[in-house]
Amino acid sequence: MKIRIKFTKTGTMKFIGHLDIMRYFQKAFRRAEIDIEYSKGFNPHQIMSFAAPLGVGLTSQGEYLDVSLLSCDEPKIMVEKIKGAMNENIQVTGFHFLSDNSKNAMSIVTAADYKVALKDGYAFLSKVEFEEKFRAFYQQKEITILKKSKKSENQVDIKPSIYHIGFELDEFSDKIGQRRENTVDISETYENDVKIYMQLATGSVNNLKPELVIEAFCEYAGLTFHEFAFQVHRMEVYAEKNSGKKPTEAFDIERKLIPLEAMD
Amino acid sequence: MRKLALSDEILLTIDKPARYIGDEVNMVKKDLDKVDIRFCMCFPDVYEIGMSHLGIQILYDMFNRREDTYCERVYSPWVDLDKIMREKEIPLFALESQEPVKNFDFLGITLQYEMCYTNILQVLELSQIPLYAKDRTEEHPFVLGGGPCSYNPEPIADFFDFFYIGEGETVYDQLLDVYKENKRLGGSRKDYLEKIAQIEGIYVPSFYEVSYHEDGKISSFKKNNNHAKDTICKQVEMNLSDTFYPKKPLVPYIKVTQDRVVLEIQRGCIRGCRFCQAGMIYRPIRERDVEFLKSYACDMLKATGHEEISLSSLSSSDYSALSELIYYLIEEFNGKGVNISLPSLRIDAFALDVMSKVQDVKKSSLTFAPEAGSQRLRDVINKGLSEESILKGAMDAFRAGWNRVKLYFMLGLPTENEEDIEGIAVLADKIAREYYTITKDQRNGKVSIVASTSFFVPKPFTPFQWSRMDTAEEYLVKQKFLRSKLNDQLNRKSIKYNWHEAELSVLEGVFARGDRRISKVIYDAYKAGCLFDSWSEFFHNELWMKAFEDNHLDIAFYTSREREVDEILPWDYIDVGVTKAFLWREYKRGISEKVTPNCRRACANCGADVFNGGVCYESREGAAL
Ligand code: SF4
Repeated sequence: MKIRIKFTKTGTMKFIGHLDIMRYFQKAFRRAEIDIEYSKGFNPHQIMSFAAPLGVGLTSQGEYLDVSLLSCDEPKIMVEKIKGAMNENIQVTGFHFLSDNSKNAMSIVTAADYKVALKDGYAFLSKVEFEEKFRAFYQQKEITILKKSKKSENQVDIKPSIYHIGFELDEFSDKIGQRRENTVDISETYENDVKIYMQLATGSVNNLKPELVIEAFCEYAGLTFHEFAFQVHRMEVYAEKNSGKKPTEAFDIERKLIPLEAMD
Repeated sequence: MRKLALSDEILLTIDKPARYIGDEVNMVKKDLDKVDIRFCMCFPDVYEIGMSHLGIQILYDMFNRREDTYCERVYSPWVDLDKIMREKEIPLFALESQEPVKNFDFLGITLQYEMCYTNILQVLELSQIPLYAKDRTEEHPFVLGGGPCSYNPEPIADFFDFFYIGEGETVYDQLLDVYKENKRLGGSRKDYLEKIAQIEGIYVPSFYEVSYHEDGKISSFKKNNNHAKDTICKQVEMNLSDTFYPKKPLVPYIKVTQDRVVLEIQRGCIRGCRFCQAGMIYRPIRERDVEFLKSYACDMLKATGHEEISLSSLSSSDYSALSELIYYLIEEFNGKGVNISLPSLRIDAFALDVMSKVQDVKKSSLTFAPEAGSQRLRDVINKGLSEESILKGAMDAFRAGWNRVKLYFMLGLPTENEEDIEGIAVLADKIAREYYTITKDQRNGKVSIVASTSFFVPKPFTPFQWSRMDTAEEYLVKQKFLRSKLNDQLNRKSIKYNWHEAELSVLEGVFARGDRRISKVIYDAYKAGCLFDSWSEFFHNELWMKAFEDNHLDIAFYTSREREVDEILPWDYIDVGVTKAFLWREYKRGISEKVTPNCRRACANCGADVFNGGVCYESREGAAL
């Protein structure tokens, strides 16, 4: 049976890269004696798939992974079982059954919510200045950045990939039309209180990293961008409700995003 | 949240930050206010290597069972972080508490190979602990060493407060108890050293003085402190089934060299290869009870979630309950996503059966370590592996579907001549010829043979401790000669040749049999930039050569010189059980090509029976080969 697991990645675990997180889960599932399905052959491996790998340095409360189990208990019991084998900085928060024909998490991701917070100790704008300037920045018709790939450099407009922004959780929740709970990540301990919530296009088709938005903002505001000055925290990952279709621009206008855990 | 010693900025700039954050699964957490003794255990190489070492995991578990002690870990910062730590003067920290090592009571360094010596100085310097023991004060931790290289600690003696000679399980508790007692009584650093110098197995270098003859040989080795012992007796744990072994080893986040459960099935070896230090210093062989091993295998796999379990021993085939253990492991775990890996097995029908059950025959290769190319030279080194048994083992395996063979040899063994070297090429070719005797439709494509040679380095406490070692130039000539001989073979296209760097081996040879004067060379080379010498990309031979020159020390004196029987060797004050008389007897037997039977066939009176146990007291009636 197919299962979707939701988990957090906080604290020191932000320094563990995606591949190592995969290995971590494989071992944790063994420790928890989860009846997971293995591929056949001499080097059997657990059948699992992660949604949208998180970069090193980022924290999250909305990570997903799909696994295939041969047998299992009720979700509540399973969450407890897995928790017992986990590090306190990676916690399982959801366990959902998927229908057999559901697509794997990786292929359906289209958007994500982020909170980006200024770490203490960096010279930057005050909370008020930041919000004011950022609003002006966001009101531009186009936000073009230079996107570098291995082969070429391209001017791209990232504005259509920024779905929503907000400076307070309530404001942001209203905009995205879904209630977001307050988070327990490290950024809540910063004294400066400079932060922004963003909903951005994510996934294989169109992917905008929150760091890029901040970099573009710094350029706009005439500030030097410091790559380590912000803590990025992912809050949720979404799929399109009607996930059979490839998102088109027209479709984007009427985005119907639902958190991965709400799918079946 | 745990506060890390390094900032986000640093951790996100360097390679593999997970090396420095700790917090691995099964990491021990303790309340610092509730412990009296803080011990930092160090493996002086990068995290991935250090985390793979079983000994540290055993000691980590053992120390942390003491409520009054918190044992933490530290490894060598990789060169990228090394640079940053120096620039920003960040003191080296332990992974668990992330606190500076310099605030600990002990820094214990395990000495697994000679080429890590400059890394020891790196760890000390980054920790802001004086490099030389004589410069340390009451505020500094005690720096101690243990592990195989402590069987000749002289080249690094000046950097250590004391060494622990023997297996870690035995007297560590005493060391810690005495420490607490000494602290309670307000005793000084020196008081402590004097007290522990009386414990068996503890060597405090500063309590001894060495003088030299004009020709550079040692004229005397005397103690200058009454508390010190005349000889240091190696400590061994005789009952391996009733001792410490970690049921919950640490599980790293990043991939390390031994990313698996390691089950030590026995210690020591019955074989008596004359070049092998481990085979001598860990005598006598002691087995762990098979039921103990079965239950530990289950517990450790459960507690770690590892997907592989590996049996560890010098020669696994000699473990008496091997088939029972392996078939049990296969039955319990194979097919449940757990690989079983079996290094150091002799290739026979049993091994082939097991290998075909646990490995993909097409991908795995057979491994033979004949060490020498001719039977004559194999007799000199007492390697009981005949050409016949290699060819038969290979043939049986070829018939069962294998077609890849790895062969390990040494160049530069005592009495080696051109025929012996050519023998390596001939043996590799013979194996290939065997393969092609199988009819085409029965075999599995082409055969692939990889022959690797390393250079022989004479080690203390082996029969070859008196031998001359080749110079780098001689080694290279031999390597070239072998290459040309391999090219002469009929099946040369099926044979690949791998070799080691000669210069590194020569240096290893100096450290292995060096005396106290070498300390200064290591110090100078380190200061000149030598670090991670065992990583060939960082090895700077010219800096080492200059350090020897500056100190007026001649490499050839340490390496390419035959020693006399009555010469005082730098490590003579250590008693490992195996006697010098036995080693000399073996040396002479080796030179005259006489084989000495293994412990189970006949006791050779090596002296290790003083430990009152193990194979020395097994009955030899009807014993297997
Ligand atoms: S005393 Fe005899 S049996 Fe014991 S280790 Fe030495 S040679 Fe082997």
